Formats: sequence, structure tokens, C-alpha cells
Amino acid sequence: MEIKKPAVAGTMESSDCQVTVEPGNGSVEFSLDSAVAHQFGNQIRKVTFETLKNLGVDNVKISIVDKGALDCTIKARIEGAVFRSVGQDKNLPWGGAIR
Amino acid sequence: MINAVGREIPEEILKLTGKEVFQGTHHFDGKIVQKSGPKTRVVINSNGSKLVDSIHDVLVKCGLKDGMTLGFHHHFRNGDKVLNLVVEECHKMGVRNLTIAASSLGGQNDPIVPYIEDGTITNIQSSGVRGGIGKAISEGKLKGLAIMRSHGARVRAIETGETKIDIAFIGAPTADEYGNLGANGGKADCGVLSYSAVDAQFADYVVAVTDNLVPYPNLPAQITQTYVDYVVVVDEIGDPKKIATGAAKPTTDQRKLLMAQYCTDFVTATPYFKEGFSYQTGVGGASIASTISLAKVMKERNIHMSFGVGGLTKPMCDLLDEGLCRTLVDTQDFDEDAIKNISTNPRHFYITAGEYANPFNKGAYVNKLDFVILASLEVDVHFNCNVVVGSDGYVTGAQGGHPDTAAGAKCTIVIAPIMQGRIPTICTDVTTVTTPGEDVDVVITDYGIAINPKRQDLIEATKDSGLPFKTIEELRDIAYSITGEPEKVQFGDRIVGIIEARDGTIMDVVREIKPFEFKD
Repeated sequence: MEIKKPAVAGTMESSDCQVTVEPGNGSVEFSLDSAVAHQFGNQIRKVTFETLKNLGVDNVKISIVDKGALDCTIKARIEGAVFRSVGQDKNLPWGGAIR
Repeated sequence: MINAVGREIPEEILKLTGKEVFQGTHHFDGKIVQKSGPKTRVVINSNGSKLVDSIHDVLVKCGLKDGMTLGFHHHFRNGDKVLNLVVEECHKMGVRNLTIAASSLGGQNDPIVPYIEDGTITNIQSSGVRGGIGKAISEGKLKGLAIMRSHGARVRAIETGETKIDIAFIGAPTADEYGNLGANGGKADCGVLSYSAVDAQFADYVVAVTDNLVPYPNLPAQITQTYVDYVVVVDEIGDPKKIATGAAKPTTDQRKLLMAQYCTDFVTATPYFKEGFSYQTGVGGASIASTISLAKVMKERNIHMSFGVGGLTKPMCDLLDEGLCRTLVDTQDFDEDAIKNISTNPRHFYITAGEYANPFNKGAYVNKLDFVILASLEVDVHFNCNVVVGSDGYVTGAQGGHPDTAAGAKCTIVIAPIMQGRIPTICTDVTTVTTPGEDVDVVITDYGIAINPKRQDLIEATKDSGLPFKTIEELRDIAYSITGEPEKVQFGDRIVGIIEARDGTIMDVVREIKPFEFKD
């Protein structure tokens, strides 16, 4: 998938995260601001790259402001932001790219 | 050198502090200690007044100079104005290398952070630190060392002379011109002055700071004229709105209510729950809810509490007013109801922090506790608790009476949700140890209850209670299955603080925080 326009998903509430995606410069540029970076920063990065790979996104600026979200939440917010950026809100690939 | 809770205490820090490593809660039981005495500037004249015009003038009279140790209390909690006022004046006078020995510090003291950075303050001794000062300590801005010690340990350190307070400042809700200090009445009513008693008795100079001068003699006085050198009147010693709030509304959080019910069911299944039991609890939502649900069972079974200890709030005062509890002994009031109760109910007594919890006197109230209900930021599989350093590595909490009551009570119960945000509360190793696992008997979470295996008697007594018992390792595994297994916080090498055990030995060290970096 190609990121077409900037999009946001998620909130700054505790146990949530806010994911912002923008068109990239030829690769995945990842930035993280997390309340639990020391404990889970590497894990959050791993989940982010896996989720993007499942979605077929390899050219994106993605930034995450994390307030202690679990992996499942982070994944869902990334998927939300990516599909918003391409304007797709119907026929989402449940069980396919979203799993 | 490895201490009794398995923590490596570096030689350099033992050498620097002259301390030993922690060797177990009861290691020094029966030890003979020599108390130190303060200098006393005697008053034989009949001039009749100890009033001094300003904080500046009193600092001059007390001979303020570089390197001195200043004592403060935190009964005004988030509303405290006295500490900031005094430290600011010290800064204006250009003194350096001060040690602040406060009973606790919090966000209300953020205005002194610049004076840590510029070297006016180079050492801090406190129950703990919240807010900007904690951040400054963790980021290595304090040139010396932060010593975090419990309320009982602070009294021990001052009485034995390990901490020599040169000038103590006692914010007093009421004072007369000759230094009789009361805690009830006035604009900054805080109920008790328990933490200041030891400052009054052992500091070389004792300065009362009040915004409510009353006619002599101001009786009953919690601190009397024989200890006070000077009295200064200022506009405001505390913000009443932030000293105490109205009583917290009983929680509706189902997770907390569940843990509260587990706690009550556990307490009432133990042999200690009988006529005349004693009890202390905290101010968290689950603790307060458990006090309320315990009261129901007490009524049903016609069981009375002989005494309650606190850190007091409305639910404990309600027990006293309803006759379910015979006596309250009070070292701090957390809401307006508790402050009012001490001046209206004659069975609600002021005690000093030493009477409450000092391990080096001839027996403190904590030794007579049956139950204490505590909270914790982290609990590990060795039952060690951490209440000072956040899981992110920043100093962000206070020991308070946690290690004191845990050591004293026959049944120490820690209530903690299995996770807070993404942080697993039940973990393999706590970030820093503040209360040793040998003093923690039961851990109650929303996913089950673990009893310390060394308490086979409690395991046996409660086995038919129907409560969801698990091992502490099982609780940890449940937590990690939800959050993922956390990596360790990345610390620098420099030691910025120590966690002192009740007896003055070293329980753990706190290192400078390092900014997070991704692996590879």
C-alpha cells in the first residue's frame, strides 16, 4: 500500500497510543515517544514493523506517541491510520492484511 | 557487597556513607544505641517574646552558613509554602551546599529545583520525592546524594545523630509568641505535627513559622515552648485547598472493588481478625474500599478494633465515631474529615513519628499492628516491594511508613492491580527494593492472591476461604502474558541516591537515568 496523505489514529489517553503516518522518502521512518520506552520500546518497534509489513507498507513516516498501549492496540491504531491515509473505510481486509 | 535482598551495594557507596548493607529486618533487635543531643541556647531572661520579623532575620540569628542541614515537615502536603520560602531566602543570602532533611518532598516543592541545579542544595534526605525534584535527582542534577528513608528511619537518623539538623523549620497552624505550637485551627489546619516532633527535640535551632499568631499560652500544644528558639509570622504557610481535600468518594472502579473484597475476605479468614485487633491502611481507592467493606463484617460479627493507626482518612474516623474502633493514633491527616475528627473525638490521639515507627526506640506503635494494608508500584517474585522508583527509572514516590508498618505488622497485605497501564506490577525483580520481601505476607491482585511461602500458617488458615490463591510466579506470568515481558530500564553508572532500610543500612541504590536507546 502507498501512503497518500497524512492520517492519524488513536488518542493520548492512558493505555492508548496515537499513530501518525505520512508519505515517506523511500523507506520506513519510525519515531517513538513512549511512557514505557525503557521496558517496551524495542517491542513496540517490532510490532510496528511487522504490522506495516503485513499491510504492504514500505514507504512511510510513522510516529507513535504511546501512553502504555498493549501490542494489540498499537497494531489496531497503525492499521487505522494507514487505511485512513488511503481513504479506505469499506471492504477492509479482515483476516488478510488485518490479522 | 550483596545484601539480604540480593542487591549489589557498591563498595564506593559503603565507603562514602559509612553504612553497612541491609542484613535483615530484625538484625539489630536488642542493640544498644546512644542518642545524640542538640545544642541549646538557653533562655533565662524574662523578655517574653521569641518573635523575629522575617525569615531572613531568623536565618541570620541562627547563623546560617554553607553546608548546613535544614529540617522541614510535610504536613501541609501539596499546599506547603514554608520550605520554598526558606530555601528561596537561603538562595538570596548566597549560601551553598545545603542539605534538605524533610519528612517528604513533592510537586509543591518544584520551585526549589533551580537551587538544586545551582548548588544551593547539594544533598537531600527525604521519605521520597515526587515531581520535579525527583526528576532532577534521577537526571543527576543533585551534586551529592539523595537518601530516601522511611518515616521511622528519619527519626532514628536524627536521634542517633547520623543526621544533624542545624536549623529546623516547623510550619505551625497556630503558635504563640513563645513557641507553643498547635496543629488545629488556623488557616492551614493540618491536624497533627507528628513529623516535626523529632526536629523540635534534636535540632540545634528550632524556628516556628506561622500565619496565625494566637495569645499565650497556646494550649494544648503539640510542640512546646521549651524546644522553640524563634517564631516568625508570614502571610501564608500553606494553601488550605491543597493541604487536605474533601473525603475521597468511594471508588466505583470494579477492579479496585474486587481487590477490596478479596482483602476483606482474606483479613476476616485469618486468626488475627478477632475482638481487639489493630489495623492500618492507606489512602488508595482499594484500601479505602476495603476499610468500608471490613466495617460491615465487624458489625455483623460484633468485632471491634482496639486501635487504628494512620495516615488517616474519613473511613477510619467513621469507625471511631461509630464505636467500631476504640482508639485512633494519628501521624498525618489526609482529608478534612480526619483533621476535624482529631479535634472533636477524644479517642483520636496525636502521636509523634517516633512513637509511630522509629525502629531504634523502646517500641513503636507499628510493632503492635495486626494488619497493615499497603499499596506498591511493583512487587517481585521475592515479595520485595518498590514504592520509590517508577518502572521508568525516575524517583517518583516515597517510602512513607511502608517499610515500618510492613516490618511491624503481624499480617502485611499489599494490594496492587496486576498491571498499571502497560507496566506489570507483579514482576521478576523490582526496579529498586524499598520494603524487603521477608516483611510482606500477602499480595492481593485483581487476578488472584499470593501468600508468601514463609507464612505457611496463613496459607493453612485461609485455605478454605474460597479465595483465588495463586503463586506469586503465576501472578507474574499472568501479568507478562498480557503486557509482554518488560526489558530492564537503562541506567547510567552514577549513583544518585540510596534507599535506606529502617535501621540505617543500605537496601538498594538509585542510579542516574539514561535516555532510552533502541537495541542495535
